[in-house]
Amino acid sequence: MSSFIAYTLFGLFSGAAYAIAASGLVLTYSTTRVFNIAHGALGMVLSFVFWDFSVRQGMPTLLALALVLLVVAPAIGWFIARFVARDLGDAPASVSLVVTVALLVMCIGVATQVWPQESRTILPFFAGRTFGIGSATITAHQVITILASVVVATGLYVLLTRTRIGTAMRASVDNPELLRLFGGKPEQVAALAWMIGVSLAGLAGILLVSTVGLDYYALTLLVINAYAAAMLGRLTNLPLTFLGAMGLGLLTSYFPGYVHLDGFLAQVQTVLPALFLFAVVVALPQAQLRIGQVKGIVSAPLPSPRRTMGWSAALLLLVALLAGALSEANLLVVGRAAAFGIVMLSMVLLTGYGGHISLAQLAFAGVGALTYAKLGEPTLAGLAVSVLVSAAVGALVALPVLRLTGLYLALATLAFASIMDKVVFQADWAFGFNGLLPAGRLSFLGHSVSSTGAYVVVMTLFLVLVAWAVLVLRRGVVGRLLIATRDSAAACGTLGLDVRWFRVGLFALSAGMAGLGGALYAGLRQNIGSGDFIYFNSLLLLLFAVVAGVTSVSGAVLGGIGLTALPELQSSYPSVAGMFFVAIAVFAILLAKEPNGIAGHLFRLGRWAQDRVAPRIRANLPRLPGAGGEDDLASESEGVAHAH
Amino acid sequence: MRTEPLLVVDDVVVRFGGVTAVDHASFVARSGRVTGLIGPNGAGKTTCFNVISGLQKPTSGRVRFGGRTISHTPVHRRARRGIGRTFQRLEAFGSLTVGDNVRVARDIRAGLLGAVRPSRGDVGGLLERVGIAAYADERADSVPTGVARLLELARCLAGDPKLLLLDEPSSGQDETETEAFGVLLRDLAAEGRGILMVEHDMDLVMSVCDELHVLDFGEVIATGTPAEIRSDPAVQRAYLGYSDAGSETRTDLQPVETTAVIPAVTPSTPRNSAEGALRAMSTDFHGDPGGTS
Repeated sequence: MSSFIAYTLFGLFSGAAYAIAASGLVLTYSTTRVFNIAHGALGMVLSFVFWDFSVRQGMPTLLALALVLLVVAPAIGWFIARFVARDLGDAPASVSLVVTVALLVMCIGVATQVWPQESRTILPFFAGRTFGIGSATITAHQVITILASVVVATGLYVLLTRTRIGTAMRASVDNPELLRLFGGKPEQVAALAWMIGVSLAGLAGILLVSTVGLDYYALTLLVINAYAAAMLGRLTNLPLTFLGAMGLGLLTSYFPGYVHLDGFLAQVQTVLPALFLFAVVVALPQAQLRIGQVKGIVSAPLPSPRRTMGWSAALLLLVALLAGALSEANLLVVGRAAAFGIVMLSMVLLTGYGGHISLAQLAFAGVGALTYAKLGEPTLAGLAVSVLVSAAVGALVALPVLRLTGLYLALATLAFASIMDKVVFQADWAFGFNGLLPAGRLSFLGHSVSSTGAYVVVMTLFLVLVAWAVLVLRRGVVGRLLIATRDSAAACGTLGLDVRWFRVGLFALSAGMAGLGGALYAGLRQNIGSGDFIYFNSLLLLLFAVVAGVTSVSGAVLGGIGLTALPELQSSYPSVAGMFFVAIAVFAILLAKEPNGIAGHLFRLGRWAQDRVAPRIRANLPRLPGAGGEDDLASESEGVAHAH
Repeated sequence: MRTEPLLVVDDVVVRFGGVTAVDHASFVARSGRVTGLIGPNGAGKTTCFNVISGLQKPTSGRVRFGGRTISHTPVHRRARRGIGRTFQRLEAFGSLTVGDNVRVARDIRAGLLGAVRPSRGDVGGLLERVGIAAYADERADSVPTGVARLLELARCLAGDPKLLLLDEPSSGQDETETEAFGVLLRDLAAEGRGILMVEHDMDLVMSVCDELHVLDFGEVIATGTPAEIRSDPAVQRAYLGYSDAGSETRTDLQPVETTAVIPAVTPSTPRNSAEGALRAMSTDFHGDPGGTS
């Protein structure tokens, strides 16, 4: 009985902290329609600031707390509302998703830069003070947390229902224009929502930090609990959100207490919130198919087949030359870029053409790698089986999330990725916790490609083949359908297309491609582990894909190179490692509304060069011998003009 | 025994929370006939279309098509059985060209085999027929509204539907275009297709339709030929907002200058009165060129 009370008290404590975090999330979303993926990351940064004030600079706890929650947090919130999240509410879900993911990565970058890795502790409030309840005890810190959640709940209720600005906040989400018409100021309302939201993230972080520890990732990803609770309240209902948070807190507290934890269940325990999130998102009644305005995006121009052939040959030649020149270690980097390039191509298909944001592509790559390593059959047949298994897993994921779009799809796939990471990849029958599995180099017709150089060329060949496949699909009937379903799923339905099964097929195809990348990577490294498929990296994958250009094959190749270069750069310049995160995040935020990313700018630059520079060169050089590429160039610029 | 009409909407109710959008509506549409569905803004016309095409599940009631109940048939199967529709708020594929929009419809129709081996099919002919062949190579998000509406019609026709649901097809068209459109509608009906049309251009409705159903507050308040509808007192009331229309019978249903009082909609105004205010504002149902209502 005393243990029951103890579990209940601890559950209420964690639930209270989740509730504070979740209510901040709900407040921001219900006012600005921006779901802040970075909510936990902001809490993490503010916890570090609190540590800095109270421990490093030695301020009194109360002063430090007040400074963080009433000055620093609102300032950050105001800054985000003013410069980052402006107009985000009207943007497509994918844009606000990318921007807040960028914000998350930026937070981690800032934290690692300002407060480099070292052991830091924040003591609980009134450390050592406890109260007895029956035979159980509760710490003063836990009491404060529970009280704080009650204060937050009451405060938000009064703010939203009893004050003018609160009413304006509730009105703002329905129609900011109408609010403006009646004298309200949506910008101020949004700024206030962000200020309070960030402050609540900070409060939740500071309250949890003595239990979780001052860690960049643990606090950031703890927000999944808050997502789950907020989702239960459908992102707008505060009472349901509180209920969800408390329920989740109790569940995560009782589970290890009453379920015998060994093997599988021990791993399940770590992903309880993710399971909860997945279940809530899938079970939520979804909006009907969207019916809206004609919208189209300016896609990156499709290259002509000749041009594709030319670039493919150039890429293969380059890699072949590098293969002879580079050291073993550098060759591994090139191979890694090719593998990531293939995974990025799977995102071009799914996200760039199809318009679905999946945060599980790295998990699919992991499935491919795992299958390849487990099969121990390093042949084309083994590779094909790995691809098929990944595709099957992709289809399986797509089935329960059939009706989900935008944010909901992204969260469901993120939850799935974290479940795969913790429960499957780290299981003893798979990679094992921190374990590595050996994987063989591919062999063709009995000849093993054992040298790393040759293997990297083979990987590049696969990259080129997959890129070709993507382009062929895009040019054909399937590509047209992909664009059509992205522009209007409702219209496709009324024309007779079973949109849901089309999507299952698309997910399977995309997952299969990601699996191919993973399997080839396993062969390259000759051993592979769960550490290679940490689900956090899915967020980086999305950022790089969007920054480089998720609508084009060139963007995928660029993104693959970028994602590979990042850790290399970070280990070469460890003193500014965090700044690389910040830089990529800033790029992502700036480019979020440019659907074609850097690749899009390059295409434009190329066109500009053709239109302006090339004629001049031609005018200066009286005769160019063998101008064979000319009709090719013409068709390309036609394609560009067409797209605009 | 008379055969059942092509489309039978039977006692359909749709509620969104506390708002009843469609209230026990029953009406039919027949093959070879043009049927009009008219009524003030917010009367539930588009919701009816969503129920018929399968985008909206009715709270209760049945939809029968071609003698079979299709209330639980998914959207795409209804399309394959021969229901085609256009959208009031356009749903053209904006990133594709006008021609490719129709090609997509044709590919969907061709099914899996079509994905492998592109089917033939006269895309140019369809665009020609609705009169937008000149726009074939333009992106669908760059063409005028009127063209986009005709594009949706052409896209729909690529599936050779037995029943066409047209949601405000003529808005965004000028007078001569509307005239040509009326001829096209009669043509399509003459081929044996049933046409159910929501339309606010009363001249077009009165000249083209064989039968009209009038919706108000989600209820069918009148059914009949254009001539009958024109003189129906209940319709006058719904359209003009008079409590007693009998004394002042209008016969043309032309737009009326209403001096609608627009009550202040403050954020705290309860939902019902805001709805009322919107209805009051939209009494001027006639001629909504952008179709943005």
